[in-house]
Amino acid sequence: MEKILDVKNLQVSFDTYAGEVKAVRGVSFHLNKGETLAIVGESGSGKSVTSKSLMKLIPNPPGRITSGEILFDGKNLVTLTEKQMQNIRGSDISMIFQDPMTSLNPTMTIGKQIMESIIKHQKLPKKKAKEKTIELLEMVGIPNAVMRISNYPHQFSGGMRQRVVIAMAISCNPQILIADEPTTALDVTIQSQILELLKNLQKKMETSIIFITHDLGVVANIADRVAVMYAGKIIEIGTVNEIFYNPQHPYTWGLLGAMPNVIYRGEELITIPGTPPDLLNPPKGDAFAARNKYAMEIDFRIEPPMFKVSDTHYAATWLLHEKAPKVILPEDLKKQGQSLPNEKSRERLLKKTDKKEKLLEIKNLKQYFPIGKKQSVKAVDGLSFDIYKGETFGLVGESGCGKSTTGRTISRIYNATDGEILYNNESIFGRKPGSELQKLNQKIQMIFQDPYSSLNPRLTVADIIAEGMDIHELYTNKKERMERVYELLETVGLNREHANRYPHEFSGGQRQRIGIARALAVNPEFIIADEPISALDVSIQAQVVNLLKRLQKEKGLTYLFIAHDLSMVKYISDRIGVMYKGRIVELAESDELYQNPLHPYTKSLLSAIPIPDPNTERTRRRIKFDDKLSRNGEEEPVLREVKKGHWVACTEQEYRKFKNKDSEVI
Amino acid sequence: MVQNLHESISNQGSFNDGGVEKLAKYIFSRVGYMLVTFFVIATFTFFLMQTLPGSPFNDERLSESQKERLNERYGLDEPVPLQYITYMKNIFKGDFGVSFQYDGRSVSNIIGERIGASAVLGTQSLIVGTILGIILGIIAALRHNTSIDYGAMVISVIGISVPNFVFAGLMQYWVGVRLQWLPVAFWEGFEYSILPTISLSVFVIATIARFMRTEMLEVLGQDYIVTARAKGLNGFSIIIKHSLRNAAIPIVTILGPMTVSLLTGTLVIEKIFSVPGLGEQFVKSIMTNDFPVIMGVTLFYSVLFIGIVLIVDILYGIIDPRIRLTGGVK
Repeated sequence: MEKILDVKNLQVSFDTYAGEVKAVRGVSFHLNKGETLAIVGESGSGKSVTSKSLMKLIPNPPGRITSGEILFDGKNLVTLTEKQMQNIRGSDISMIFQDPMTSLNPTMTIGKQIMESIIKHQKLPKKKAKEKTIELLEMVGIPNAVMRISNYPHQFSGGMRQRVVIAMAISCNPQILIADEPTTALDVTIQSQILELLKNLQKKMETSIIFITHDLGVVANIADRVAVMYAGKIIEIGTVNEIFYNPQHPYTWGLLGAMPNVIYRGEELITIPGTPPDLLNPPKGDAFAARNKYAMEIDFRIEPPMFKVSDTHYAATWLLHEKAPKVILPEDLKKQGQSLPNEKSRERLLKKTDKKEKLLEIKNLKQYFPIGKKQSVKAVDGLSFDIYKGETFGLVGESGCGKSTTGRTISRIYNATDGEILYNNESIFGRKPGSELQKLNQKIQMIFQDPYSSLNPRLTVADIIAEGMDIHELYTNKKERMERVYELLETVGLNREHANRYPHEFSGGQRQRIGIARALAVNPEFIIADEPISALDVSIQAQVVNLLKRLQKEKGLTYLFIAHDLSMVKYISDRIGVMYKGRIVELAESDELYQNPLHPYTKSLLSAIPIPDPNTERTRRRIKFDDKLSRNGEEEPVLREVKKGHWVACTEQEYRKFKNKDSEVI
Repeated sequence: MVQNLHESISNQGSFNDGGVEKLAKYIFSRVGYMLVTFFVIATFTFFLMQTLPGSPFNDERLSESQKERLNERYGLDEPVPLQYITYMKNIFKGDFGVSFQYDGRSVSNIIGERIGASAVLGTQSLIVGTILGIILGIIAALRHNTSIDYGAMVISVIGISVPNFVFAGLMQYWVGVRLQWLPVAFWEGFEYSILPTISLSVFVIATIARFMRTEMLEVLGQDYIVTARAKGLNGFSIIIKHSLRNAAIPIVTILGPMTVSLLTGTLVIEKIFSVPGLGEQFVKSIMTNDFPVIMGVTLFYSVLFIGIVLIVDILYGIIDPRIRLTGGVK
C-alpha cells in the first residue's frame, strides 16, 4: 500500500506561564492512500493538537513543534515556511472542524467562503469558481444549490453547515482530509448522514482521511485503522478489527468498556479510575500506569516501547513483554455484542413499576415562547407522561425537540403555557404560599449540562454546595454546615480538602460531581438531570453515571434523565420517552423500546446510533424518517398503549396493526 | 403546526428577495418613532427653558415700558401654556422663531450659517479618528502582548483620560506659536481646521483603538479564522476579509454615541480655536438667554442624534447579515 503521509516522532509543546506543556510527546504513524485512520482519545490526549500540527495550524506562540518529521509528498512539512504551507493548506491537505456553528464566517455568504480556496489554489476565474462551487454544494447534498450559494451560514441548519464545511474542504481535491470531531456537535441522525457522505466522497475522490473522534461507535463505522492516543502518545494502533476484537492495551480496554452498548446492558459500566495526567510534568514510565489496575513496577519506571502484535497492530504496554504475567481481557468486554437482556429482567421491571406510585404526572403540558407578533415557538406541545417513585425516566430526542424545556418547566424555571404537572398529586402551578413553594424547590433539584458554566466561579465549592442549605435553613450552626458539605463531597467521590477551592481548579468530571453534590445538599426526592454527561469524556461519563446509579440506590431518588445520547440513556433508564417536536411519540421500558421500536421516528433514531462494534456497523442499515411520509391522512396521531407499558403515538388504523402484530408474536 | 414550520423555514431561505421592501417598511416605522421622540424632546426643552432664571431682556439700561414692549413683541407676555402651543405649532411648520440677541434674524438662518464649520470639523475628526483608531487597534491586536501592544494601549488610555481642551492648548502653543506650522485660530481654509480636528479626534482614536483591539483579539480566536487559515489564505486576506467585518460590528455600536460626544466636544474646541461653528453659537446664546436659539440648536442636535442612531441600526444590518431585519421592529 502506498504511504501518503509519514509522521515520525512528532513532538509539540505549548509554552504557558506555568512552564512547558508537552501536548504531543513523540507520535509516529503513517497514512495509506485512500484509507481512513481514526485517532481516538479523550480530551487532552493530544489528538487535536496532532492533527492541527500536520497542517502547522498550531497557534504560535504559545505552541511549537519541538521535533519530529511530517513527510508528505517528498517534503518535510515541519521545515516549510508559512508561505509554503499556505500553498499546501486547503489544496493538498484540508480540514473539517468540530462545530459547524462557529467554523463558518457569519458575515460572508457560503458561496464566497467556498470560492475563496478555489480561486486561491486552482487560479480559476470567478465565474468558473462559482460553477464549481455549485457543483460541490450539489455533491455534498445541499438542495437548491444555485440559490443557496448566496445565503449566509445562519440560514442553514447545523447538519447543512457541516456539509458546507465539507464542500469547502474537498473543493481542491485534497489528498488528505483531516476531520477533527466533525460529528460531535450534531444529532445522531445528522451524524449518520454526514458519515455516509464522507464515506461516499472518499470512494469517489480516493481521499485519505484522518478522523479524530472520541466516539468509538463512530470509529467502528468509518475507520479502516485506529490509533488510540493517551497523554500525548499513541499507545495502540491497528486495524479496526484488531483494536475492537483484540485490544492489547489496558487503556483501550477501559475505553471500550466505558462505552455503554445499546445491545448489551451490564450492571455497572467499567470505569477508568482517576483522571489523565498533567502534561506539564508528564509522569515517568507509562503515563497510564497510575490508572492501570494491571500496572507492574516497571510501568512506573520505564516507558514501554511499541510491541508488535501483528504486522499492522502495535501496542505500548509492558503486558506484551514475554516476561509479563498473562492478563486476559476483562470478562465484560467479551460480552459485547452478544448477550441480550432476558425476559425475566423485563418482567421484574414491569412488576417494579406496577407497584410503584406516581411521583410526577404531566398532563398535556404546553410551553410556548412568543416570538414577535402573534407567533410563538411551540417548544413543548401537548406532552403527557408519568414518572414513578424510584425510577429513572429517560427523555430522549434530538436538539430542538423540547426535552430541555420540559425539564425546566417541571422545575418551574418557566411558567407553563398550558397543562398540568402534579407532584405527589398536587399541582406545582398556581398561587401558593411561599413556604410551600420553597418545599417544592427543595424536593425537585436540577443537574445541568455544562459543568463549566453552571458553577459560579467566584464562590468556593463549599459555598456552592451549601447555598441551597442556607436558603432552606437545613442546619443549625456553622459547624454542622461544614460537616454536611464534607459528607456530600465524600458521597460524590471528592475529598473534604476540596471544600475551600474554586471551581476552576477542577476538571470537568469533578465539576459535575460538585453539581451533583449541590443538588443532593437539600435532600431532594426528584432530580432532573439535563444532559449531565454530554460535556464529559467517555471514561469520566462512566464514572458520573455509576455515581448517579449508586446514589439512586442509596437515597431512593427518582431521576428524569434528559439526553440525546441514546446508548447512555438506555443504560441508565428504566423507562424511556422519545420526544419529537414537543411531544412524546413513543414510551416504553428501555429494553422493550430498543428491541421492539414501533414509531418510525424511534426506529430511525435507533438505527442512527453508531455501535462500537465494526462487524455490526458494516451490516447495519440506517432507517430514514420523513415526517411527511409517515403521516397518512388527516388523523392526528394519539398516544395509545399498544402493549403493557408500551405507548406509541399512532392513528386508529396503525394502532390496530400494532396490536395484531403484537398478538402474533405472543 | 408542522406545516407552518416548513413554511417558515422555506420563507427564511428566500427572505433576501423582499429585503428592500422590508427595509423601506422598517425605516418608515422608525421615522414614526423619531417624530414622537422629537415631540417629547421639544416639550421637555421648552419647559426646561421656562425654569431658567432671568429673562433675555433684563438689561439695566432698559426701562420697564421698553421691556414690556419687547415682551409683547416676542409674545413673552402671554401665559406659558399658550406660548407652548404657539411654539409647537410653529415648529411643525418649520419655523423655529426669531433670535432675541440678533435683531430679526431667524433661528434657522443662524443655524444654517453656523452649521458649515461644525459639520466639517465633526466629519473630519470622525473619519480621521475612526480610521486611525481601527488601524491602531488592529496593530495592537496582531502584536498582542508585545511592547507595541502595550504602547498603543498607553496612548489610548492617555487619549481617553486627558480632556481634549488640554490637547488643544498644547497644540496651539507648540505647533501654532512655537513652530509656527499651522494657524492658531479662526476659520479661513483647510489648514485652519487641522489643529481642531486633531484635538477632537484624539478621543475617537483612543476609544476606537481600545474597542478594536479587544474585538480583533476575540475574532482572531474564533473557529472560522482557523478555517480560513486551513484554506491556505495568507495573513492579509484573513484580516481584511474575515476579521475586519466581524470585529467592526461592535464598533458600529459605539459610533453613534461617539458622534454625539463629538458634537458636544465641539462646544469647547470651537471656542478655543475661535471657529464660528454651531457650538460656539450655542455657548454664546446660553450666556444671553436667547431662548429660541437655544431651543433651536438643542432640537437640531437631537434630530441629528436620532438620525445617527437610525443610520447605525441600518449599518448594523448591512455589516451583520444575521440581524438583517428579520424580527421586525423592537
